[in-house]
Amino acid sequence: MEIKPELYKDMTEAVSPKSKSYVNIPMAFLIGGAICLLGECLLNLFEYMGLPKDEAGSWTSITLVFLSALLTGLGWYERIAKHAGAGTLVPITGFANGVSAPAIEAKTEGWILGVGAKIFTIAGPVILYGTAASVVYGICLVVVKFFTE
Amino acid sequence: MLEYIWAFIIGGAICAVGQVLIDYTKLTPARILTGFVVAGVLLSALGIYQPLIDVAGGGATVPLTGFGHLLAEGIRKDVEEKGLLGIFSGGLTSSAAGITAAMLFGLAAAAIFKPKDK
Repeated sequence: MEIKPELYKDMTEAVSPKSKSYVNIPMAFLIGGAICLLGECLLNLFEYMGLPKDEAGSWTSITLVFLSALLTGLGWYERIAKHAGAGTLVPITGFANGVSAPAIEAKTEGWILGVGAKIFTIAGPVILYGTAASVVYGICLVVVKFFTE
Repeated sequence: MLEYIWAFIIGGAICAVGQVLIDYTKLTPARILTGFVVAGVLLSALGIYQPLIDVAGGGATVPLTGFGHLLAEGIRKDVEEKGLLGIFSGGLTSSAAGITAAMLFGLAAAAIFKPKDK
């Protein structure tokens, strides 16, 4: 039997595990929702301790980022992420995971061009394009301000 | 109590949108994260994101769209106070705590933990 590329493609598709959306999407919803719920609890805890709203928000982010870096180092975050998909990717913990995981893996490549550079593998594009988008918004605001004052 | 339910539902829903993008498009995780931050800036600029935070709290601030909102809000505040300079200073000022925490704890994790065997 001659194996043609199309047939080979069908064969690999038949044996490779399918990503099932009817499982993936509810899982992302549940675990993502749970992380946000934890964030809401922390937010209220910090406000209860007497912090103003914006400071409570910053401390919530810092706490979640800390927990994420710790779980990433222990190898637990990846295990949860296997089931949660976007549920662990989209929250700020996913961003922190995207910072710590490559940093840990790059250790063997040295501290400057290894850890120092690879720590920005995910953070780099996120911060760059986020900042760029906010600058575009800032320019619009300045223009509006110029014509309305 | 209601705010906790909304935090769970809205936060979960934003993550579910991410999962739909993963399952039905060829977008990589890095592209999705970048897209969510830019989307957050846009939604905040259009005035849609703040009402969402008013209802969902952590459900809207914890996802990366909330990070984008933080950037936009910082710009809005600084442009109001400093004008043109605000464009350069506002975004990273408001998001400094989160970014510094991610870098600091990432560096600490690299110092403490060993890379996994591949």
